[in-house]
Amino acid sequence: MDKSPFLTEEHKMIRRMVRDFAEKEIRPVAKQLDEEARFSPELTKKMGDIGLFGIRIPQQYGGQEMDTLAYTIAVEELARVDSSQAATIAAHNSLGMGPIMNYGTEEQKQKYLPKLSTGEALWAFGLTEPNAGSDSRGTKTTAKLVDGHWIINGSKIFITNGASTINIGATVQCVTLNDEGKKEFTTILVDANTPGFTRIPMKNKMVWRASDTAELFFDNVKVPASCTLGKQGEGSKIMLNTLDSGRLSIGSMGLGLAQGAFELALKYSKERKQFGKSISEFQVNAFKLADMATKIEAARNLLYKAAWLKSNHKAFAKEAAMAKLYCSEVAREVADEAVQLHGGYGLMKDYEVERFYRDQRLLQIGEGTSEIQRLVISRYILDEYTNRE
Amino acid sequence: MKVLICIGHVPDTTSKIRFTDNASKFDKSDIQFIIGPYEELALTRLLDIKDAGTDLHITAVNVGPVETEATLRKALAMGADEAVRVNAEPLDALFTAKQIAEVYKKGTYDFIVTGKESIDYNGGQVDGMIAEILGIPSIPSASKFEIMGSVAKAEREIDGGKEVVEAAFPFVIAAQKGFAIDPRIPGMRGIMAARKKEILVFEPSEQANITKIIHHYLPEAKSACKKVAADNVEELVRLLHEEAKVI
Ligand SMILES: Cc1cc2nc3c(=O)[nH]c(=O)nc-3n(C[C@H](O)[C@H](O)[C@H](O)COP(=O)(O)OP(=O)(O)OC[C@H]3O[C@@H](n4cnc5c(N)ncnc54)[C@H](O)[C@@H]3O)c2cc1C
Repeated sequence: MDKSPFLTEEHKMIRRMVRDFAEKEIRPVAKQLDEEARFSPELTKKMGDIGLFGIRIPQQYGGQEMDTLAYTIAVEELARVDSSQAATIAAHNSLGMGPIMNYGTEEQKQKYLPKLSTGEALWAFGLTEPNAGSDSRGTKTTAKLVDGHWIINGSKIFITNGASTINIGATVQCVTLNDEGKKEFTTILVDANTPGFTRIPMKNKMVWRASDTAELFFDNVKVPASCTLGKQGEGSKIMLNTLDSGRLSIGSMGLGLAQGAFELALKYSKERKQFGKSISEFQVNAFKLADMATKIEAARNLLYKAAWLKSNHKAFAKEAAMAKLYCSEVAREVADEAVQLHGGYGLMKDYEVERFYRDQRLLQIGEGTSEIQRLVISRYILDEYTNRE
Repeated sequence: MKVLICIGHVPDTTSKIRFTDNASKFDKSDIQFIIGPYEELALTRLLDIKDAGTDLHITAVNVGPVETEATLRKALAMGADEAVRVNAEPLDALFTAKQIAEVYKKGTYDFIVTGKESIDYNGGQVDGMIAEILGIPSIPSASKFEIMGSVAKAEREIDGGKEVVEAAFPFVIAAQKGFAIDPRIPGMRGIMAARKKEILVFEPSEQANITKIIHHYLPEAKSACKKVAADNVEELVRLLHEEAKVI
C-alpha cells in the first residue's frame, strides 16, 4: 500500500504512526466501547495528543499543517481498526474545523481553531434535518436577523460529535431571508452553551456505536450576527464545498474498513481448518481473498488520486464522489465476504469482523448516499460531454 | 549536555528476506525499513530524560546512503534535535564504528548511545569498537539508564543477576530491552517539526572494508507442528522415533 506513487516518505511515516497508535490504544478497547455504545473523551484526547485534530489546519492556528493525503491516510488507518474513532476524527477535521478554516473570519479562526486542535474540544456540522436528508435544500431551521442578532429555531438530526461533554458548538445551516425577502441559506456558528440550544445523544445505533451522534434543537437561540460563517446567503456553497471534502473522509473510512476486514479474513482463513486443511487452501476462498485485495487496491488508487488532486489544488469533486462511492461499496463487499469466510463465528460479537460488517453500512448512506454520488458523477460526465460537443 | 545516538536503518521484522547476486547481497527492493528496535528504545529513554528536565541535545547519527534519511527523519519526528548522516554504505562494524568516532570528534558530545545490536546482521560490535577507538569506557547491553548529575548509572543483566554500573562522562552505552518500556510513537506535531530540523551530511573518512560477504543462507523453514491425540501414545512414540529421530 505504500508503493503508491502519490505518497511521500512523510505520508508513510504518518501511516506507521497512526497504525501503531490504533493498534496500541484503540484495538484493545474498541469492542467494549462498541458494546456499551460509549463515546470516550479519554481516547479522543489521546488522538488529539498525537495530532489527529486539525491535521490540515495551519500551524499558526494550532494545527499540524499537513496535506489532504496525510489526512486521508490517518483516517484510513483509524478505520482499519475502528470506524467509530475514525468517524470522530473525520467529522471533526473535515466537517467541524474545515468550514471554519475555509470561510471563517480571522477572529473566528483565532477564537475556535486552536482549541479545536487539541483533542479536548469537538465542533459539529449540522446540515441534516428530519425532512432534509439527501435534499439539503429542504432545510427548515430558520434564522431571523433581529437587532444585529440571529434568532434560530428548528432542529437537526444525525449530527456527529454534536452532544458529547467535549462538544463546544456546531456550524448550523439555516434558512434566512435576503434584502428582497427571498429564501436563501446561511451557515451560523453556535456555541454549545447558548441558551435555548439543546443537544441530545441519539441512542441505539447499529453503526459507529462509540461515535457520538446527536439531535440538535434550537428554541429561539440568539447569537450575534458576527457568528455568521462566510457571508449571509453563502450557506449552500459552504455546505456543498464542505461535502466535497467530506466525501474523501468517507472514502478513507471505506478503504480503511475494507483493509481491516480483509486482514481479519486473511488471518482467520489461514488459521481455520476444515477437511484437514486451512480454509484458505480451498480455491473458492483463495479467490475471494484475491478479489478483496484487488478491489482494495483499486479503491486505494482512486482515493489517493482524488486526495492528491485536492492536495495540489486541482478540481477534485468528481473524483471525490467516485472515491466515496467506490470505497464505500468496496467496504460493503469486502466486509460481507470477510464474514462469509468466518462462517458462523463471523456473526458473533467476540469476533471483530462482526463490528466491521455493521460499521460499513453507514458509508453508503452518510455524506450523500450512493445514489446521490451517482447523481453527482453522472452530472459531471454528462456536462463534460455537452461541453465537448 | 549533548548526546550522539546511533540510529540503525534495518528491515522491518515482518519483512520477507531475499537475496540477489548469488546470495551475496541482501535484496532491499520491497523492504520497509525502520529504526532498529533497540535504538528506538534508546531514543525513547533519552527523550524521557529530556522531558523530565535534563538539558539534553540529541543528535541522531547514521552511516548510510541517502535512503536512510527517511529513518533519520523518523528519529527527528520522535524528538531528536538534529541528525547527521555519514554518506557511505556501511561495509562492516569497524568501518561504521570509525565513522561514528569521527562524528563524535567533530562535535562536543558528552556520551554516545547505541542499540545492543542491529537486528539485520546482529553484529553487536559497533558500541565496543567506538569506545575502543575513542579510548572511552563502554557499557554493553544496558537495560536501565539514568543520568545523575555528573555521572550516569546503568543496569546490566548478567548471568543469574544484575550489575549496576556508574560511569563518568564520556562513555558509550548500548541499549537493550528494558532501556525504555515502549518505544515512543511520534505524533503529527513531531512529524511536522521534523521538517524544519536539519540532516547534516558528512563524507566518510576512509572507505576500506575488511569484511566481505560471500554468501547468505536462509534458515531452514520450520516444519509445521503435528498434533497427536492425547490417548494415542503409540503414534507419539512412532513419530518421535521415525520422524524426529530423537528416541
Ligand atoms: C451515524 C450518522 C452520522 C451522521 N453525521 C452527520 C453529520 O455530522 N452532519 C450531518 O449534517 N448529517 C449527518 N448524517 C446524516 C446523513 O448525511 C444523512 O443520513 C444522509 O445524507 C441521507 O439522508 P436521509 O437519511 O434523510 O435519507 P434520505 O435522503 O431520505 O434517503 C432515503 C433513500 O432515498 C434515496 N434518495 C433520496 N433522494 C434521491 C434522489 N434524488 N435520487 C435517487 N435516490 C434518492 C437515498 O439515496 C436513500 O437511498 C449522519 C447520519 C448518520 C446515520
